[in-house]
Amino acid sequence: MIEVLSTFALNTVQDLGRFGSRHLGVGTSGVMDPLALTVGNILLGNPDDAAGIEIQTFPFELRFQVDTAFAVTGADCTATLDGRLLPPWWTTPAKAGQVLKLHPPKKGARSYLTLAGGVDVPVILGSRSTHLRSEFGGFMGRALAKGDVLRTAGGVGGPARLGPDEFGAEPADMALPPGASGETDSSDDTLPIRVLRAGEYELFPQEARQRFWRTAWKITHQSDRAGYRLGGEPLKLASRVEMRSYGIVAGVVQVPPSGEPIIQLSDANTAGGYPKIAGVVEADLWRLAQARIGSSIRFVDTTYDDAVAAMAPVDTYLAQIRRVVELYRQRPR
Amino acid sequence: MSLDLTIAAAADEAPPAPTEELPKLSNIGTRALIIEAPGAFDLRQQRRILALADEVATWSGVVEVVPGVTNLMLIFAEPPRDLQACRRALAEAWRRLPPKQLASRVIEIPVIYGGELGSDLAAVCAYSGLPREEVIRIHSSGTYTVCCLGSSPGFGYLHGLDPKIFMPRKTVPSLRMLAGTVTIGGMQAGVSVSTGPNGWNAIGFTAVSMFDLARDTPALLAPGDIVRFTIERDEP
Repeated sequence: MIEVLSTFALNTVQDLGRFGSRHLGVGTSGVMDPLALTVGNILLGNPDDAAGIEIQTFPFELRFQVDTAFAVTGADCTATLDGRLLPPWWTTPAKAGQVLKLHPPKKGARSYLTLAGGVDVPVILGSRSTHLRSEFGGFMGRALAKGDVLRTAGGVGGPARLGPDEFGAEPADMALPPGASGETDSSDDTLPIRVLRAGEYELFPQEARQRFWRTAWKITHQSDRAGYRLGGEPLKLASRVEMRSYGIVAGVVQVPPSGEPIIQLSDANTAGGYPKIAGVVEADLWRLAQARIGSSIRFVDTTYDDAVAAMAPVDTYLAQIRRVVELYRQRPR
Repeated sequence: MSLDLTIAAAADEAPPAPTEELPKLSNIGTRALIIEAPGAFDLRQQRRILALADEVATWSGVVEVVPGVTNLMLIFAEPPRDLQACRRALAEAWRRLPPKQLASRVIEIPVIYGGELGSDLAAVCAYSGLPREEVIRIHSSGTYTVCCLGSSPGFGYLHGLDPKIFMPRKTVPSLRMLAGTVTIGGMQAGVSVSTGPNGWNAIGFTAVSMFDLARDTPALLAPGDIVRFTIERDEP
């Protein structure tokens, strides 16, 4: 059990997402950065999709009420346990009474706290994720608040207590540098995000299409878990297109009549009607989740085959961590 | 649906001519495909989409099937290795399948027309040039078909609004429209499911809950259902 000592808005309990209910109009919710949550769970010996806490406003402080192993992954938020600095992407056993504090990260946008056994909140429509807009799932259907007490599903202890005290994983942004392998452009501090062209790409005039690729799109303040609104010179269609509502997945890049693209993300509605120009490849969704408001991204035109192949380094990275964690667990204490 | 019904449907409605315009297929990322029916927004195309949804739900590797308004999204567990073969199979199934026979479950929704919660009723009257009683009569005598659920939990996109009371969405959305507000958005009718900003025109209110996790089936509506609005009260 943990008790939240201090928190700001919009920190929620999330797992990998509520899949299988989109046809009822129920959006997936789920973590913005699935890679960070998955690694946090692997470090603790949890199932990959155990629920954790997504922290996107800082500082965040909690007290362990019982001995519990935990891990902090995602944005490097200089976590301290009773004042002792912990390395990033690290698992540590906490004693009852110890206080964990997560500070504002120097880079990245979202940190993940995972607990041995996973956060225990009711499973609703197959998931523990918080559906903020509909006020269900997660912890009482809302963001966490000071004084909230959360249980872990593994009870006292949990699997991680069988292994060594502390170890960690290489952070994803170090193991998986952005862009296609070796093709990063150092002259440019915009984050490259690989996309596939989507249904209405060809409807945009050639000039707009070229600008879509060339522009450093700024992630505006109107960006949150539902989606990122991008700022830049608007992309206009030759004539307005009336779309019928169609299914939305995280990563779809739509162009509303204003001409400034929106990337739909974890808390998006399940259906929308704006023309879609592109879709972010799965291998780059976690990276986009860590891009900060005010920073810029550019879209990289990617073929289907390259987009599929882009998952291979991610899979290799996770496999390596699983192997190392396995070795640690077998080592006698 | 029983096999007999499917055969009856096949005899009843001949498959489209091979010269029919092809559906449009497109990707969203590597794990989602969208198939869009050609032609107008009509019920027959929607029934073909629902038939296709039933079929592809049985395909291995497909983890979610999400019907939209005359379109269908498929989500795969893994990116299809042979995308072209997948697209061909979808196009083939689209041509082959007869429109889905709808079970025609009828759901009645009692509406309090007008009043504070139907504050755009006067605007609909002005736009249509029809008196209030006539707008209410037209809306409540229509037969609406649920095309699909989407956007928010339990929200049904309804087909069947009489063109006489079409009303474009508002340019400035209402900031806090209550769940249960009976609305008109362009050529579509609806009932809002969650309280919040909404650009559709509010003509009334219903106490019927469209989505309730305490029910065995949380969503009141399902694709293919028939919805009828009844007049509970007209509130000036």
